[in-house]
Parts: sequence; structure tokens; C-alpha cells
Amino acid sequence: MAGFNKVVTSYEDAMAGLGDNMTVIAGGFGLCGIPENLITQIKTMGTRGLTVVSNNCGIDGFGLGILLEDRQIKKMVASYVGENKLFEEQLLSGELEVELTPQGTLAEKMRAGGAGIPAFYTATGFGTPVGDGKEVREFNGRPYIMEEAITGDFAIVKAWKADRYGNLVYRHTAQNFNPLAATAGKITVVEVEEIVEPGELEPSQIHTPGIYVDRVILGSFEKRIEQRTVRTA
Amino acid sequence: MALTREQLAQRVAQELEDGFYVNLGIGIPTLVANYVPDSMEVMLQSENGLLGMGPFPTDEEIDADMINAGKQTVTAIDGASIFSSAESFAMIRGGHVDLTVLGAFEVDVSGNIASWMIPGKLIKGMGGAMDLVAGADNIIVTMTHASKHGESKLLASCSLPLTGAACIKKVVTDLAYIEIADGKFWLRERAPGVSVEEIVKLTAGELVVPDHVPEMQF
Repeated sequence: MAGFNKVVTSYEDAMAGLGDNMTVIAGGFGLCGIPENLITQIKTMGTRGLTVVSNNCGIDGFGLGILLEDRQIKKMVASYVGENKLFEEQLLSGELEVELTPQGTLAEKMRAGGAGIPAFYTATGFGTPVGDGKEVREFNGRPYIMEEAITGDFAIVKAWKADRYGNLVYRHTAQNFNPLAATAGKITVVEVEEIVEPGELEPSQIHTPGIYVDRVILGSFEKRIEQRTVRTA
Repeated sequence: MALTREQLAQRVAQELEDGFYVNLGIGIPTLVANYVPDSMEVMLQSENGLLGMGPFPTDEEIDADMINAGKQTVTAIDGASIFSSAESFAMIRGGHVDLTVLGAFEVDVSGNIASWMIPGKLIKGMGGAMDLVAGADNIIVTMTHASKHGESKLLASCSLPLTGAACIKKVVTDLAYIEIADGKFWLRERAPGVSVEEIVKLTAGELVVPDHVPEMQF
């Protein structure tokens, strides 16, 4: 039975095995659905030379932004990184390398990586700097560029609920890149708001089946909001 | 008079059709949502994984797990669906979105668009814009016709790095509604009170001007 019990009880155990120069794929969009405490654990561990693959890089002082403080990230693969000054500084000084990747291509790179597909063709980026140096092939008269899949040594994921088998459900738009990241890690670590008994999650409603998940930890979350917009009732 | 941001959005909204799935970019395109006619049902797609985006929440409704692609807190309408980023871009890349509206720095007579990068300035990234222009058949670009310094943004050839090649067919600026075909701009409408001469002066790429250019109707 223990073979399917993926629950760990400390963040040390959750991120055990992460080493310098590894690739980490992180779920989240902006600050929504980010694995806040797993990121904090990476900061605590002081792991360096990381390649981090994530749609964004957090903000100054929160999310992946905190890994910039001690220069733990060597390379960032992302679609949009405009939200932090530290990022800008390290990019301009050459300490940080960035590979800007179209958002849909980034999602598909993770999906393909997890699905055992080494590369795919997309029209996205053809004729732009993104297509420079990439193989071009024509299908039905339209040019496409070849994009390679991404896998990570670790994937860090935030979900809403899990059971001990590692079956996951995400909440609202906190889903975003999380299910894709979950498939693409050699070791996939998930932090959740609630751990439920097996059988409580309706099998047909599970977003990420437990086969992709190696470790689950129960966390508590700040859930910071980046752009608080309201209407008057 | 050049159109205000609101009027620009209002003109774009005239291109909506009942039953359209629509992706609206950040800035002026977002305002288009305010001008969907009551007689019409339109579903807004937000590329972070939401189809059926509703208005901003009230203070009580606010939820950190419910945002749009601009990272703003939003709501979901009844009938909405929520999914992963890969699913979201499958919709976009697969051509399932009926209309995409986005801003730009430059557009040219070949239908090229530049909207994400100014060399020498900080590069923040393209987000989903490259996927949106590659996947959509029906795209409207909204922007001011010229820069603050009076430099045309409708060019013979884009000077900035592209977001997409040969993909733009319609542009709504604060001065005119222009279509792109056969390697030329075609002037279709002008903003109320704006002269054809003014539009010609501020359009750097080849512009075809018909004998009669109607004013936009609001």
C-alpha cells in the first residue's frame, strides 16, 4: 500500500533530491496557482544554477521572484517576465539568461515533454525572432517551425485537492500550466490545500491522474493577487 | 476628430456577431467587452484558461484563483468552462476562436504585425500574442494611427521584430478603418470629422483611397 502513498509531511522531504544546475518546471500564471511554499523551500535550500521553466517569474519578493534574490536562477524559460525589477537588473547585467517562448508554445512544450513527443510543428513564431534558426516545414502550403519538448528534473505544481494516490483537482483558473507541468517532471511535487480520502474525488473529474505525481504535501497559501480589479455592486 | 479609446472599442464591437467566441487583448481591446449589444451573445476567451469570462467581481466575490490573462481578478459567467493552458492554446492555434482583437506598435501592407519588442528597450515577452495571430483567421488590430511624434504606424514594411507574418487583414485606428489585401492598405471608413488627406498623410504604406470614404457610424 505504501507504494501509492505519495503524501510527504515536510517541505524538506518534498524537495529532496533537488540539486544545483537542475531544470525545474513550475506551474502557475502570474501569481495565480503558483506553488508558493515549494518555491520558498528551493530558496531555503539555496540550490543554484537552476533552469526554471514557467510562464512568468513572479514579482519582486513573491513567487519565483524570490529565487532571484540570491541569484539561484541561471536561465529562465518564460513567455512574459515584465513584473520584477530584480529580473530586469540581472538580465541587463548578463547574470541571467532568458529564453522568451510564446505562451501556447510553452504550454505545448510541457505537454509534449510529458507525453513522450520530442518535438512538434507550430505556425506560432514563424517569420519572427522566435523562428530564427529553427527547422521550417510546409504542411498544406503553410510554413511551420519545429519546437522541441521540455522535461524537467523536477516539476513543482499547485493543486486544490489531492488524495494519497496523487490524483489532483485544480481550482478555477489556478489550473493554467499546472497539469502540464505535472506531466513533465522526472519528479513531480505537488502542494495542495486539502488532502482527501481515496474515492472522494470523482474519477471522471480528476484533472491530473496520480500516475504523473510523485509527492504530495499539504500547504497553506497566501494567494497574493497581482491586479485587484472590482466592480461596484 | 480622432476617436477616443472608448469610440475605438465601440467601432470594433460592430464587428462582433451573435455566437462569436472572442479573445480580447490587453488595453483598448479589453474595452470592446463594454459594447457588446444586448441582443447578442458573445463568449470571451481568456488565454490563461477561461472561456466565458464575466465582469470584474464585487469586493465580496473577489477570488485569487479567478483571473484573466491580464492577471486581473474576474468572474466566470454561467456556461463558462475552465481548462489548462495547453487546452486554451489548442482552441487558439486550432482556429476555434472566431475573432481576436489585439493592439500593435506597427502593421504593414503585407499584413505583418509588430507588437512585442522594441530593440534597446526592456523586452518583457510576447505572452500569447504570437499564438493568437498565428491561430486566428479573423483578427482586428487596434492602435493609434501614428505615434505621439506623428510617425505612421501603418508602414510599407514593419521596422520592429515581428509578432506574426502575413496575418493581419483589418486595422481600426483612431482615424480610420483599414483593410489589408494584395500588398496594400485599403481605406474603408474614416473617423467622424477626419479628412482623407489627414489619413493619407499619416499612412506610410501604400494606401488605396476609393472615391467615397464613408464616416464611421456610431
